[in-house]
Amino acid sequence: MKGLLSLLRAMLGSLRDLAPIILVIAFFQLVVLHRPLPDVGGLLTGLMFTVLGLTFFIHGLNMGLFPLGESMANDFANKGSLGWLLVFAFALGFGTTVAEPALIAVCGEAAHAAANAGFIEDTASARQQYMTGLRITVALSVGLAIVIGVFRILKGWPVHYMIMGGYVLVVIMTAFAPDEIIGIAYDSGGVTTSTITVPLVTALGVGLASSIRGRDPLVDGFGLIAFASLTPMIFVMAYGMIV
Amino acid sequence: MEMLALALRTVTSTVHDVLPIAAVIIGFQVLVLRRPIRNFRRVATGFFYVLLGLALFLLGLERALFPLGRLMAEQLTSPGFIAGSAAEMFLPHGWADYVWVYLFAFAIGFSTTIAEPSLIAVAIKANDVSGGAIRVNGLRIAVAIGVAVGITLGSYRIVVGDPIHWYIIGGYLVVIAQTGFAPKSIVPLAYDSGGVTTSTVTVPLVAALGLGLAETVPGRNPIIDGFGLIAFASLFPIIAVLTYAQLATWWTNRGRGSDEYNREIAPDMPDYRQE
Repeated sequence: MKGLLSLLRAMLGSLRDLAPIILVIAFFQLVVLHRPLPDVGGLLTGLMFTVLGLTFFIHGLNMGLFPLGESMANDFANKGSLGWLLVFAFALGFGTTVAEPALIAVCGEAAHAAANAGFIEDTASARQQYMTGLRITVALSVGLAIVIGVFRILKGWPVHYMIMGGYVLVVIMTAFAPDEIIGIAYDSGGVTTSTITVPLVTALGVGLASSIRGRDPLVDGFGLIAFASLTPMIFVMAYGMIV
Repeated sequence: MEMLALALRTVTSTVHDVLPIAAVIIGFQVLVLRRPIRNFRRVATGFFYVLLGLALFLLGLERALFPLGRLMAEQLTSPGFIAGSAAEMFLPHGWADYVWVYLFAFAIGFSTTIAEPSLIAVAIKANDVSGGAIRVNGLRIAVAIGVAVGITLGSYRIVVGDPIHWYIIGGYLVVIAQTGFAPKSIVPLAYDSGGVTTSTVTVPLVAALGLGLAETVPGRNPIIDGFGLIAFASLFPIIAVLTYAQLATWWTNRGRGSDEYNREIAPDMPDYRQE
């Protein structure tokens, strides 16, 4: 009974999270576009799935992903092997990015852009090759980002100098990269971190910062995602310049 | 039947998403750390819930909100609608023809960010780590305002056709200047909030908006101008969170005049589901 009640409460919370989207879409549909809502039954079932899904996700987050990330961080800190920790960081970044559907979509668009601009031949195989190359490049860059981010946590370096350095690099590269690739490169920073990677990587960072003496989880634990959204921009522009 | 196919596809793609992560974790746990995962059963159940939840969430969005949202983005940016709404509101032709587009961009940016699961995850963690000083909802609302402003500005850029890099470089300069003044403890979290905002909910709708706009506005090339909205959506939350921290600091400091504020950010925001 108590479990059911807390489930209901959690679902109400999820419904509240989704309410703004529902309101926005209903307002624009009915008031601005003057169109009726199509298929109300389908909308309601879909909505119910969304609410249930968000509730389960948040429940599972606290039960599975967060403890997992933290216990692994803890184990690595106790093991004391820097090399393996960095290999793990790279594998996590690379592995989660290379299969990311949003990234595959963006790379496909980039291949089109490159073919249109005449950098590569406009054939399916040339585009495919360009796309795969770009995907691997971005995945490498995210792997590298997590490695740098983890190393920073261990050393306790302040994050802002490194991020600013990255910004400067982005600005310099923008001056040299072909115009067609710039928009895509900037976008690629945002799409690489998926919904499952973010909680795991955050828990890893916070866990590491809590296991190492002298590190503050708030100041040192966050920042991994920031690196993971910065390096793809640099690497994609570099890829656009080289290929 | 169609529903079942969609469900199957969503589950497959979610599992496909998770496999590399599970492989990396299990591989390292078994081969390198050589110790069993603590509370294995509980963690595995949690992982299963995350998967199930994400699959249901995406399935529901794909069924209910995405088709409508995408269609809406197309309709709002269609030439017929834009010419009509300008005449209706007696506005001169020009960038103001797109008033409804900007409003939609703002509203959809805000509302999709509030529902973004990875932002909820980071906010819960930040709340946890800061001992409750950073409110889950406060952080989410700040980030959502950042995304809303970013996407609106990004839409404006597509309409007027300015090159994207001036906006992004300008944004970087603001971030750098703000970093100098913001409370130190919020800076890494603020930088992170740029990357977490754009995933499952925001990207599909925002991408449709950008491409629709670039196709409608005369003289824009969808390939060059249709992109870049995501970049705005990942830059402006950083500015928004830093601003929020500065305002909260200033607010707390005003009464006290000391600087033990650093970790107390917006204590007056209502609390949010805590486990």
